[in-house]
Amino acid sequence: MTPEKLTRLEAALNQLLPELPVERAGAALVLRITTAELVATMTRLRDAPELDFRLLIDLAGVHYPGREKPLEVVYQLLSVHRNQRLRVKVAVGEGEPVPSLIGVWSSANWYEREAYEMFGILFSGHPDLRRLLTEYDFDGHPLRKEFPVSGRFEVRYDADQGRVVREPVQLTLPNREYYRPERTRP
Amino acid sequence: MSASAQLDNYTLNFGPQHPAAHGVLRLVLELDGEMVVRADPHIGFLHRGTEKLLEHKTYLQGLPYFDRLDYMSPMAQEYPWVLAIERLLGIEAPPRAQYIRVIFAELTRILNHLLFLGAHGLDVGAMTMFIYCFRERERILDMSEAACGARIHAAYFRPGGVAMDLPDGLVDRIAEFVADFPSKIDDYETLLTGNRIWKQRLVGIGVVGPDQALDLGFVGPMLRGSGIAYDLRKAEPYDVYDRLDFDIPVGKNGDCYDRYLVRVNELRQSTSIIRQCLEQMPDGPVRHDNFKVSTPYREEMKSGMESLIHHFKLHTEGLTIPAGEIYTAVETPKGEMGVYLIADGSNKPYRVKIRAAGFNHLQALDTMVRGHLLADVTTCVGTIDIVFGEIDR
Repeated sequence: MTPEKLTRLEAALNQLLPELPVERAGAALVLRITTAELVATMTRLRDAPELDFRLLIDLAGVHYPGREKPLEVVYQLLSVHRNQRLRVKVAVGEGEPVPSLIGVWSSANWYEREAYEMFGILFSGHPDLRRLLTEYDFDGHPLRKEFPVSGRFEVRYDADQGRVVREPVQLTLPNREYYRPERTRP
Repeated sequence: MSASAQLDNYTLNFGPQHPAAHGVLRLVLELDGEMVVRADPHIGFLHRGTEKLLEHKTYLQGLPYFDRLDYMSPMAQEYPWVLAIERLLGIEAPPRAQYIRVIFAELTRILNHLLFLGAHGLDVGAMTMFIYCFRERERILDMSEAACGARIHAAYFRPGGVAMDLPDGLVDRIAEFVADFPSKIDDYETLLTGNRIWKQRLVGIGVVGPDQALDLGFVGPMLRGSGIAYDLRKAEPYDVYDRLDFDIPVGKNGDCYDRYLVRVNELRQSTSIIRQCLEQMPDGPVRHDNFKVSTPYREEMKSGMESLIHHFKLHTEGLTIPAGEIYTAVETPKGEMGVYLIADGSNKPYRVKIRAAGFNHLQALDTMVRGHLLADVTTCVGTIDIVFGEIDR
């Protein structure tokens, strides 16, 4: 977004939601809100004519182990008619439910299912919180940082038993962990 | 209760192995006679954990995974990744590289829309289209091979430019293709646009209005087919798109036929964009001159020690991106593809979320097919232009 557009959107946000501070992250605006006010704020962001965020472009879960609230849900909003974007972040504690946004945007459905299966973020009020991408009997939340990249179980066909068996992963060659210099957690 | 009343609704399992499922889609359809009452897509049969893998690879090693997302339009998928890295590093590719990237992004768009036309035609019963479209696809794949050595999994776009300059003669071949291709589009349109059977199968099927399209999260040709003129190449121009002159085709009724027309028109627009790029493209370097983040040229690497050190560092340790986060979106053939990249100041991403266009479109399939006949399900699956690589990631 251009600097003028950022300033205009920032002013509009400050006017409409004066209690919420707006942060700048590069060329984007970020709004941090709590789970309690999520649905009401999102509905206002969608319906206010000067904001007009009628498209939920993306929903991403992020895992920050070590934080007091280790999970984060990041919503990317887009206004097609005003051509502006906004990022909304909600910090979530372990097992703490996030209100589902299906009532605000229908497209939230699969995104929330994906965030649930990948991170174990619970969405209250979601009508159908099933697994989406992993297999039907998968156990665990693969995008959490403690989940190993090679997975926990492997399956193979056992000729003696005449069926597919599930066993813990045994790597004859360990997964290569590429050198990682000093890292600073964001 | 009569016996027939008990049999009113029954469930049909469509896929995961079905020729019209475009890959590995499992669709649980609830039918009332021949009418669809509910469709529940089951996805994930091609889930490879790209996002998890990217967290364990350096930025350069992560790049080829993007080709494998939507393997029917490979180079366009690399675009958001390299742009995200470039923007976080604060660098910009040199002009020639930007033009090359736009040329290949548009060639990829033609590649993708040709597959859409062919496969959509095949789904609905127009077999000839498939063969015609694949004839032209082959020519584009040959150009891709000439530029980077691979027909499909290119890994051609790099942070700071492209992997290598175009080989001698390729520009002429692309120019020849661009001159020749509009007549091929006319051929496709002769076969389909006015075809009575084609229209009977497409007009009024899977209608989505503009408000509903926004609610369902449509992007790209699906959104434009519903009458909203939104294209990231115009709305948030990246690279040299702001120097090019092109139109955004928009549909009116939001049905499958309009979406078909939008895509056919995009073929013409892409051809014109490539022609303009070939005219405007300057000579010059194809990679950024800060070789701490972009790969040094091979000839310099053979003679200069500094280039050798840069090359070694880049391809072992990888490039380091300062901590920060960015959401970068580009207009891929299927719509907005975004990369939400969180960098933690190391040589690997902390978290990458890939926003694929087809994800929302497939999600909306339930809304689109409700009340339609079973035969229209394949039309709706075709109009979405799904490729499971990007939906399952």
